[in-house]
Amino acid sequence: MTHDDHSHDGHGHDHAHEHGHDHPHDHGPFQPDIKEPSEDWEFLEIALRELMIEKEIITAREIQDKIEEWDGKCPEMGARVVAKAWFDPDFKARLLADGNAGVGELGLEVPGLKLVVLENTPKLHHMIVCTLCSCYPRPILGLPPLWYKSREYRSRAVREPRAVLAEFGTDLPDTVEVRVVDSTADCRFLVLPVRPEGTSTWSEEQLATLVTRDSMIGTSIAKSPIRIA
Amino acid sequence: MSARFKTGDCVIVRTDNPAGHVRTPTYLRGKRGVILREFGPWPNPEQLAYGKPGWPRKTNYWVQFAMDEVWGGSGAYAKGDTVVAEIYEHWLEPDTARRSES
Repeated sequence: MTHDDHSHDGHGHDHAHEHGHDHPHDHGPFQPDIKEPSEDWEFLEIALRELMIEKEIITAREIQDKIEEWDGKCPEMGARVVAKAWFDPDFKARLLADGNAGVGELGLEVPGLKLVVLENTPKLHHMIVCTLCSCYPRPILGLPPLWYKSREYRSRAVREPRAVLAEFGTDLPDTVEVRVVDSTADCRFLVLPVRPEGTSTWSEEQLATLVTRDSMIGTSIAKSPIRIA
Repeated sequence: MSARFKTGDCVIVRTDNPAGHVRTPTYLRGKRGVILREFGPWPNPEQLAYGKPGWPRKTNYWVQFAMDEVWGGSGAYAKGDTVVAEIYEHWLEPDTARRSES
């Protein structure tokens, strides 16, 4: 952090710096605090939320319940779907034919959107991106990782997918078609990764431990049982 | 409503550049692709974004493009790599210069 960064000149507030000592050298906190709202949309959200609570349209508890509901969704849900598809070929066929109905068998729902499950094979590797915003199968995988929403990932994934994959440690031979899936509209895509070799005797529960979030986005492949053992 | 295109049809994405909420990525406009799948009719997002009902509904297609068609060789991809995107019917024109690949 430079001295200029630390200086609060011109930031429009006037409290004195009280560091418990008074020498003026530069040492900010090791990690900056979460920043105060400053953007128009942040003020809009706060104003709208407070007004809706004040007018008893919604309660703070209901907002918190919704946040906890979303925080409760996680890639382990998707891993259960993938493991079942690996374990049960009939389920896999149903899942690929109709993603919503398939995950419904596990009690999962993707309301209002068409869930499309894309099977990776030794010849075809799907990799999901949303170049327009951050479309992601949230009901199945939870909230997307920050990098998924970054301009860097969104712009590079469609143009230099092999370079992006390499940075994720995923090196695929040129004989595999990398099919970058730009999630631009009403479908949500979930990648069914290739089942790792050496797992033919594994149970569904064991298989689920090999399924990572990134393998269901397609930036990685599933974990190898050899590396785990 | 009936879909204008079927799987395997060659299409060109319109080069239009309208203001407002559009779901057709700029980098695919004017590019030649092939219909991989049809996802059925959906309310038009270009209207939904402004609080309108989105009628008439528009058929949503999964369109596949060769990386070379999109980037002309300047990118980190292999020869057979592709990009697919969901494109609404009113953004697609038949590619009469190419035969259907179905």
